[in-house]
Amino acid sequence: MRAYLDLPLTEQAILTLAAMVLVSAFALLAQPRVVATIRVFAWQGVLLAATTALVAWDSGRSHLYLSAALTLALKGLLIPWLLVRQARALGILRDFDIVVRPGLILLAAGALVVFCYNAALPIERFSDSVTRDTIGLSLAIVLLGMLMLVTRRKAVTQVVGFMAVENGLFFAAVSATQGMPMVVELGIAFDVLVAAVLFGVIFLHIRDSIDSLDVDQLSRLTEATE
Amino acid sequence: MNTALLATLGVPAAAAPLLALAGAGARAAHINAAASGLGFAAAAWLAREVFARGPVGGGELYVDAFNVYLILLTAFVGLTTAVFSGPYMAHEAARGRVGPARMRLYHASFQGFLFTMLLALATNNLGVLWVALEGATLATVLLVSLYRTPESVEAAWKYFILCGVGIAQALFGTVLLYFAAARVVPDPERALLWTELHARATELEPVVMGFAFVFVLVGYGTKVGLVPLHNWLPDAHSEGPTPISAILSGLLLNVALYAVVRIKMLADGALAAGSVHDPALAGRLMMAFGLLSFLVAGLFLHRQRDIKRLFSYSSIEHMGLMTFAFGLGSPLATFGALLHMTVHSLTKSAIFVTVGHASQIAGTQSLERIRGLISTQPAVGWGLLIGAVAIAGFPPFGIFASEFLLLTATMQSWPWLTVALLSGIVVAFAGLFRHMHPVVFGPRPQDQSPIPANMVPVAVHLAIVLWLGLAMPGFLARWFDEATRLIAGSGLL
Repeated sequence: MRAYLDLPLTEQAILTLAAMVLVSAFALLAQPRVVATIRVFAWQGVLLAATTALVAWDSGRSHLYLSAALTLALKGLLIPWLLVRQARALGILRDFDIVVRPGLILLAAGALVVFCYNAALPIERFSDSVTRDTIGLSLAIVLLGMLMLVTRRKAVTQVVGFMAVENGLFFAAVSATQGMPMVVELGIAFDVLVAAVLFGVIFLHIRDSIDSLDVDQLSRLTEATE
Repeated sequence: MNTALLATLGVPAAAAPLLALAGAGARAAHINAAASGLGFAAAAWLAREVFARGPVGGGELYVDAFNVYLILLTAFVGLTTAVFSGPYMAHEAARGRVGPARMRLYHASFQGFLFTMLLALATNNLGVLWVALEGATLATVLLVSLYRTPESVEAAWKYFILCGVGIAQALFGTVLLYFAAARVVPDPERALLWTELHARATELEPVVMGFAFVFVLVGYGTKVGLVPLHNWLPDAHSEGPTPISAILSGLLLNVALYAVVRIKMLADGALAAGSVHDPALAGRLMMAFGLLSFLVAGLFLHRQRDIKRLFSYSSIEHMGLMTFAFGLGSPLATFGALLHMTVHSLTKSAIFVTVGHASQIAGTQSLERIRGLISTQPAVGWGLLIGAVAIAGFPPFGIFASEFLLLTATMQSWPWLTVALLSGIVVAFAGLFRHMHPVVFGPRPQDQSPIPANMVPVAVHLAIVLWLGLAMPGFLARWFDEATRLIAGSGLL
C-alpha cells in the first residue's frame, strides 16, 4: 500500500474529504442541539457532493456529476431545509436532545471505526480502485449513523441519524465503485426524497398522538406489557 | 419488450395515481378490485408465456420459472385481498376509524405497494430490486399508521426506522456486490444485472461476495422478519388495517426472502470457486438464522394477547422455516421451500381476512375478549378454525405436505436438526391452539353480533391449500421443479 503523499493529488483530496465526512459523522453523534445537528447534516451532504464531483473528475464518469448535483440539492439543501422548517413548526428547533454519556458514545464510535477498518482489510487487499481505504470509512459512517439512531431520543434527530446512514451508503457507492448504474442512483434518490416527506407526515402524527416528539414515550408496544 | 410483462407492471402503476384522484366511496374499492383483477390476468398470461417458452426479458427485466410463480402468487393474493378490503374498509369507515382522505390514501398505497413488489420480483437489476423493496416499505408506512392511534403511529415509526436501517445494510451489501462485479463485468451499466452476474458467478471475488452476502442477509432478513431483527413485524401487523397485514405477511416477506435466495445463488457460485472459503457459508448462515427464528417465534406464540400479533409471530415462524430450507439447499429442500412459500402465503392471508372479521365482530383484537365465533357467525368461526388447522401443519392441507418434504430433506442431510424442527412444530401447534380453542368454541358474549363479511377469498385460498395438500397438479409440480433446478442446480423429478 502506498503512502498518502505518494498518491496523485486528486486521490489525496478524495481521502481528505472522506476523513472530513467521518469527522462530520462524529460531530453528529456529539451535537446536542437540534438546529446544530441539522446544520452538521447539511455540511455532510455538501462534503458528499464535493467527493462525488471529485470522483467524477478523477474517473471521467460524467454521470457522476449529475449525482453530485442531486446530492447537493437533496442532502445539502432540500432535506435540511425541510427538517428545519418542520422543527420550527413543531417549536423544537432550539431544543436540546440530551445525549446521555457522550464520552462513552464517542469512545464506542472510535472503536467502531477501528473495527470497520479491520473488517474491510481483506477486501481492500483485492482492490485496485483509486480509493481503496474508503470501503472501511464508509462502513464506519454507516455504523456511526446507526449508533446515532439508537442514542437519540427526539424524532427529528433520529431522522438525521437515518439520513446519515444513507449518506454512508451513498459514500460507499461513490468512492469504492465510482457510483452505481444511473437507474439505481435515481431510484435511491427518489426513495430518500419520499422518505424525507413521509418523515414529516409522521412527525405530525407523533406530535398529535403523544403531544411531544420524544420517541422515548413511544413505548406502548412491547412484549412485556401485553 | 414483452407485453404481458409490461401489463403486469403497468396496471398497478397506472391504478395508483388513478385511485389517488378517484373519490373515496364504494367506487374506489371497485376500481381497486378491478385493477387487481386486471393485474392478475396479466400475471397469469405472463406465467403461461414463461411456462411455454422459457425465461422472458434479459435487460432490466427478467422473469424465469422462479420469480414468475411469485409474481402470479403476489397478483393473486393482491386480487383476493382487494376483494376482501372493500367491505372491510367500508365497515371501518362506518365505525368512524377512517375518513375519506385516508381511504384515498389507503387505496392508492395499496396499488403502489403491489407495483413495488411486482417490480422487485420482475427486475433483473439488483440495485432496482433494493429500490423497489425500499419503495414497498415507504408505500406501507402510512398504511400502518392509518388509524392514527398512538399505538399505530408508534408501530409505523418503528417499522420505518428498523426496516429503513435494516434494508440500508442490504444496500451496503449490494454496493459490495457491485464492487466485486465491476472487476469481471466490463460494462458498468450491466454489472448489477442478475443474469450477467449469474453467468460469471464463479469469477466473482469470494471474499467480497462473502461480505456482501452477510450484509444482504442481515438487511433483507430484517424484512423477512428473522429473529433478532423481527421487532417491527408484530407491531406493524397488529396496528395496521387487516388487509395490509394480509399482504404484508402473505407477500412482502416472500419478496424479501426471494431477494436473499437470488443473491445466495450468486454467493454459492463465487464461494465454491474460491477454495479457501467454505462454499456452504451462505447456506449455513441462512440455516442458523432460519432455525433460530422458527424456534423463538414458536415460543412467543404462547404469550400473545392480541389475535393479530399471534398470527404475525406465526408468520415469523414460517419464514424462519423457509429460510432454513433454502439454506439447506438440496433439491428436495428447495422444492419444499417453494411449495411452503405458496401455501403459507395463501393460508396466512386467508387467516388475516378471518381475523379481521373476527375483530370487527368482537370490536377488539384482544384474544381474551373474542369468544365463541362459531355461534356468533359460523362462516368466520369455521374459516378461522380451518385456517389455524392448516397453518399448524395438519394433513390434508398443503402445509403438511411441504413441512413433510422439509423434514425429509433435513433427515437426509442434517438428521439431528429434525429433532429441533419437530419440537418447534409441536410448540407452535400448542401455542396456536391454546389461544384458538376458546376464540372459536367458547361461550358467546352478549354484545357480539354478526357483521357483513366477504368469505369468498378465504374459501378460495383454503380450497387451493387443501387441493395442494391432496393432489398437486402435474403442471405445478413441473413448474416448481423447473424453479428448483434453477436454484439448487438439479431438479427433483
